[in-house]
Amino acid sequence: MTLAIDAAAPGHLVAPRRSFVARWRDVVVLTRRNLVHITREPLQLSDVTVQPVLFTLLFIYVFGSGVPVHGGSYKDFAVAGLMLLNLTTSAMGTAVGLSSDLSTGAIDRFRTLPMWRSAVLVGRSVADVLSAALCLLIVAVTGLAIGWRTDAGWASVLAGFGVALLFAYAVSWGCACLGIVSKGPESAQGVGLIILFPMAIVSNAMVPTSGMPGWLQAIANWNPVSSVTAAARHLFGNPNPSAALHVWPMEHPVVAAVGWSVLLLGIFVPLASILYRRRTTG
Amino acid sequence: MIEVEGLTKRYGQTWALKGASFEVATGSVLGVLGPNGAGKTTAVRILTTLARPDGGRATVAGHDVVHEAAVVRRHIGVTAQDATLDDALTGRQNLVMVGELSGLRRPGAKARAVELLDRFDLSEAADRVMKGYSGGMRRRLDLAAGLVTRPPVLFLDEPTTGLDPASRASMWRIIRELVADGTTLLLTTQYLDEADELADRIAVIDHGRVIAEGTPGELKAATGGARLEVTLSEPHRDAVDALGPLVDGPVNVSHDGRRLRAPVRSGTGLATTVVRALDAAGILVDDVEVHQPSLDDVFFAVTGHETDPSPASERPAGLQMEVAPA
Repeated sequence: MTLAIDAAAPGHLVAPRRSFVARWRDVVVLTRRNLVHITREPLQLSDVTVQPVLFTLLFIYVFGSGVPVHGGSYKDFAVAGLMLLNLTTSAMGTAVGLSSDLSTGAIDRFRTLPMWRSAVLVGRSVADVLSAALCLLIVAVTGLAIGWRTDAGWASVLAGFGVALLFAYAVSWGCACLGIVSKGPESAQGVGLIILFPMAIVSNAMVPTSGMPGWLQAIANWNPVSSVTAAARHLFGNPNPSAALHVWPMEHPVVAAVGWSVLLLGIFVPLASILYRRRTTG
Repeated sequence: MIEVEGLTKRYGQTWALKGASFEVATGSVLGVLGPNGAGKTTAVRILTTLARPDGGRATVAGHDVVHEAAVVRRHIGVTAQDATLDDALTGRQNLVMVGELSGLRRPGAKARAVELLDRFDLSEAADRVMKGYSGGMRRRLDLAAGLVTRPPVLFLDEPTTGLDPASRASMWRIIRELVADGTTLLLTTQYLDEADELADRIAVIDHGRVIAEGTPGELKAATGGARLEVTLSEPHRDAVDALGPLVDGPVNVSHDGRRLRAPVRSGTGLATTVVRALDAAGILVDDVEVHQPSLDDVFFAVTGHETDPSPASERPAGLQMEVAPA
């Protein structure tokens, strides 16, 4: 691809029209840019590196002593839940990053360039999946180091990771919506915490739901985080006490987990595009 | 190259533009001059496809900014106060990113970044994160980003607001070089001397309308040029006679007889000449000032009132960011 010479002003160049390939190149450029951001912002970096290690150790050694798990050790039960806990809470980075891009004028700069406009959102979500994958890997390695083991074929274990990543991708689009509508990075962080933290905790991620009061149990069992956690436990061959519950998503965790993710993507991808267009057209 | 006709834009209850019209010929420089809140930034936002006008039309390089926004973006470079580069990236990473997003392949974008960093005296800071840049460095990098693809049309929104005099002078030098290679440039500014220095034509904008347009010479002629102000140690009856031959109109004497004012053609060494002449007449001088006409003088000449910037609260969100002095 070459730049065309502008007939009206010799010596000057008119940028080329965006081809299909060039659009994806824009996505790669912005993905790389967002990854650089994560490495430069200590808080975001610790969300995907230090926090997973810390949470894994804290939860397993502190809670592990007091939570009985039917059919296995708390350690084997908890790792899948810790993956989901970390993925869900670190998804806030999407909301904060996008909101700060919108408020600093970085997005205005992108909008004056002849790039593919949707690359801003797509590049953000691709970077999120990559950092989510890193986060998963760190939890898994920490788990392995302290004795977590899977009891399933490698394809099934990989599928477990896949289900978790798909969910992380869906949540990041939800957080993108939050980032676009919030006034600034601080409010994005505040609201994100209020939504994501209960979502991660009121689930079967860290404790079996059977001990919760009835109404809370109902919420927890239908929480998408529970479905994805149960699916990961099932696919890892780890203890999964939820399987004994007579609730549809707990009886069919993999279908429920994929279903929830697809549903969230179906809602939040178009919504984020609409909100983004509205926010940037004035 | 740029045509604007009856452009209107409203933010809530405030009309940012109330029917602005102007043109910029290919290869020329238009200075859009006006106080804060006059509508300069709004006009630039519309022309650079960042905002949609409520009425009127505008074309850049022959393409409508609303209906052919994507084509317009392929022709323009933008350096705007509220469209910033990325603080968390280095200067080099910023320029490479802008190059790639403008359609250059990575090696080409890298080569171009090296060229621009060198030209804008940023080679040393190239691999430092932009967060640590001074105001002047930021503006230079911003300007470099606007030039990555050698666009035929360039928009500079208040390129020197908030810069110290040295950074300002170096920015002027860079802009003059740009203009020499035939770039069509629209520049907004609050300073008459800046428009005078850089622009072929000036459009004075106030409350969303173009209230005067012409060459810098025409505009300055309208404002009456520079003004000499001399403060004497004590009143002296020969002072007016001594100044007479040096100035360009009647000498106005203050009540206490110590302050003398007169219009002058701003010439080099004028202050020296004035001091010598007064000294030769045995008159003691405390202070000599030559005032160049300011935006206020232009406004006074064109509208008969001083500049009247709208309060910040009337301006749309996102346009209130002032760049801190370097």
